[in-house]
Amino acid sequence: MYNFDFIKPETLAGAVEALAGEDAQALSGGQTLLPSMKQRLNAPATLVSLTGIAELKGVSGRAGASVTIGAATPHAVVAAEAGAFYPALADLAGGIGDPAVRNRGTIGGSLANNDPSACYPSAALASGATIKTNIREIAADDFFQGMFTTALEPGEIITGVSFPIPEKAAYAKFQQPASRFALAGVFVAKFAGGVRVAVTGASEGGVFRWTEAEAALSANFSPDAIAGMAPPAEGMIGDLHGTPEYRAHLVGVMTRRAVAAAH
Amino acid sequence: MTKVTMTVNGRSVSGEAEGRTLLSAFLRETLGLTGTHVGCDTSQCGACVVHVDGKSVKSCTMLAMDAEGASVTTIEGMANPDGSLGTLQQAFQDHHGLQCGFCTPGMVMSAAALLAVNPKPTEAEIRHHLEGNICRCTGYHNIVRAVLAASGQDVSALAAE
Repeated sequence: MYNFDFIKPETLAGAVEALAGEDAQALSGGQTLLPSMKQRLNAPATLVSLTGIAELKGVSGRAGASVTIGAATPHAVVAAEAGAFYPALADLAGGIGDPAVRNRGTIGGSLANNDPSACYPSAALASGATIKTNIREIAADDFFQGMFTTALEPGEIITGVSFPIPEKAAYAKFQQPASRFALAGVFVAKFAGGVRVAVTGASEGGVFRWTEAEAALSANFSPDAIAGMAPPAEGMIGDLHGTPEYRAHLVGVMTRRAVAAAH
Repeated sequence: MTKVTMTVNGRSVSGEAEGRTLLSAFLRETLGLTGTHVGCDTSQCGACVVHVDGKSVKSCTMLAMDAEGASVTTIEGMANPDGSLGTLQQAFQDHHGLQCGFCTPGMVMSAAALLAVNPKPTEAEIRHHLEGNICRCTGYHNIVRAVLAASGQDVSALAAE
């Protein structure tokens, strides 16, 4: 890893100021950024740690209405504390990586990175979450803009994520056996106004909404409503772990499992 | 280089670090605490697991400077004050929970983190909790047995498998 200057501000204002510097990069839990820097895929001049900023941490909510997660809240804390408000979100957080990774990795870091195989983007998109930054609020539908690409401007910091709480929801993923990343992961959320289905791990375009399944499930929230359905294989990731056709098939299976498990 | 100060195994320690100095390198090379092992250096294998403020972390994927002021526990902090093996360490010895021993520091630290929040885990809970720790000797069975024994549970049923 190339060397860099390290700054750890205690306030959001301090982080914004530090990130205005040339070639500065925000560091949250570092569970993706540090490995990519070791591979020299990323070489910022300055790293600005966000984990010392108290106002970016914590879980708060109102039962049945919404839950808000501070951007620098580790997955393990979401798994332990969000369940009272949004069980499916806590289940998802508790299945990311392994226990040591969950103690460091954060929701803000995951969303900002928008890895095509990350779990959190599917929860944010399926829930219709609002991503809050230091300057604005961004709807999840507008936030994710393709693999590793988001609506964030340079120097913009995610401060928190607010999730409306659905009537029923669940996340189902099929793990790549070695890396444990999602070969396909599907988050299903049933609201009074309809069902939203978001898919991670599968598409070359990153997380996406499977609108065909949403329409079928909004009419009948049952695995039978989407029996035999799968999204088109075109545009799915093809690599040594699975063909596009295999991933498209998995999306159908994982969606049915998520609907069956929704609570 | 910047001076970094943290508490390691109950003692306040300081050392020089660069921005890029990993916590694992700081522990091993600056403090000489070579019990923490670096296996893959890509946060897959878990040999480098230590506790930072009571939480298990992969020390190869945390910057030393990000641990400024933290309380760190390494495998060297798991022995009893008189130098004899701690309960978990003794259980690993008694149940042959190690072959080459390379993964053992991380296994013990991850297991200790589990027992701190779940004093009587089931076999399935132990296996699930250790999914981020890889034993290339594939000695998982006896590792799980050692953790069960360290938690004061009967291991005879498991031993019969």
